[in-house]
Amino acid sequence: MRINISRKNRQNPFIEKVQELSGQNLLVCYQCGKCSAGCPAVSNMDILPNQIIRYAQLGFKDELLESKSIWACASCMTCNVRCPKGINIAEVIEVLRQLLLRKRKDHVEVDKMTNAEKEDVPPIALISCFRKFTS
Amino acid sequence: MKLAYFPGCTLKNHAKNFEDSALCALNKLGVEVEELHRWNCCGTVFSLATDDLIHHVAPVRNMIRAKELNTDKLMTMCAMCYNTLKRSNERMKKDAESLDIINDLMYEEEVKYKGDVEVLHLLEVLRDGIHFTAVSEKIKTPLQGLKVASYYGCYLVRPKEIGFDNQENPTILDELMALCGATPIDFPYKVECCGAYLTVDKPEIIAERTNQIIGSVVKKGAEVVVVSCPLCAFNLDQRQKVTKKIFPDFKNIPVLYFTQLLAISLGCSENDLGLNLHHIDPRPILKEKGLI
Ligand code: SF4
Ligand code: SF4
Repeated sequence: MRINISRKNRQNPFIEKVQELSGQNLLVCYQCGKCSAGCPAVSNMDILPNQIIRYAQLGFKDELLESKSIWACASCMTCNVRCPKGINIAEVIEVLRQLLLRKRKDHVEVDKMTNAEKEDVPPIALISCFRKFTS
Repeated sequence: MKLAYFPGCTLKNHAKNFEDSALCALNKLGVEVEELHRWNCCGTVFSLATDDLIHHVAPVRNMIRAKELNTDKLMTMCAMCYNTLKRSNERMKKDAESLDIINDLMYEEEVKYKGDVEVLHLLEVLRDGIHFTAVSEKIKTPLQGLKVASYYGCYLVRPKEIGFDNQENPTILDELMALCGATPIDFPYKVECCGAYLTVDKPEIIAERTNQIIGSVVKKGAEVVVVSCPLCAFNLDQRQKVTKKIFPDFKNIPVLYFTQLLAISLGCSENDLGLNLHHIDPRPILKEKGLI
């Protein structure tokens, strides 16, 4: 894959937004990869957690918002407790989901779920799923 | 000891056995429990975006319900409720500006919240309030010979600020099971995420995790698994159905709430255990061990 890195991208308001809403300083990441090494969801991800942070540093908005990874992460917090630089990666990923959800781009479409599907799982599963994957 | 108690939604239906067994156990330990009046769903997950204040209203409102019972301690046993209530509460304690906004949003409440409630998990209450030694003195039916793997999952131990145990190697459940007379079985996936709410849109991912987590438990020779989260329980127990379909070599094993085993050892009757609510029936192994 060819990646263009330019100064222009670094002035991208998207980077500011991600930092502000996640409360994280993306630039302290030194790409050690520990977050990805312990992430239980990597086999279902197209961009790994450490790459998510790198892409966010560089302002790769479209790649991030179109990635499968943000919907494979279950906010298990393993990456957060292991990052040697104290970055809350799960918060960054939450913000990427939020940027889509706040434009009503729901990941789970509640009205398309059948009653049988809803009855199959306990309230704790439905409520958390809707909180994370719908607007 | 009298304790204000927040049950949460799932303990009133799918996880009724969690609530019934815990309340029976607490009763045997001489603890009086008072359920919050008009409690509301905590929202199940803590809001991770800095500006998303509205989702802290639900957890914080339950703190007001606790204040109305004239207490500054609130106990819960669902790991997800615990995590959400405790994290929102910690944010309110540290961030006066957010607390003001939340109080404004709840202007019709008679009590203003001041960040002065402490959220406790039942395990903490057992270890630090009642004390494990006092619990062990009340054991009537030791879980002799029962090999128990304790699965902690995510929300009981992470992040660091909320956990009451080590995040990488928690032992509180193992300690409790040992004092109930069981043999704790260690296994490498005890803090690995079960996939949580992905169970709604991607049950096949849960099947992979269940295969890995339960597979490891079985390999280590455990006979049952205990959990403290109704979502973990659902994924590790009910989802064994789809796991077996995708992975034919998968071996079934019963998954219980730690409170069910605690209740057995404290002498609660089978009526308080709700052993009929499981996908993999725990009764055969419990009968074999002479525990029911
Ligand atoms: S663990 Fe932290 S420092 Fe290491 S790659 Fe991940 S985010 Fe960057
Ligand atoms: S919080 Fe998300 S990215 Fe981090 S380890 Fe868990 S699943 Fe992976």
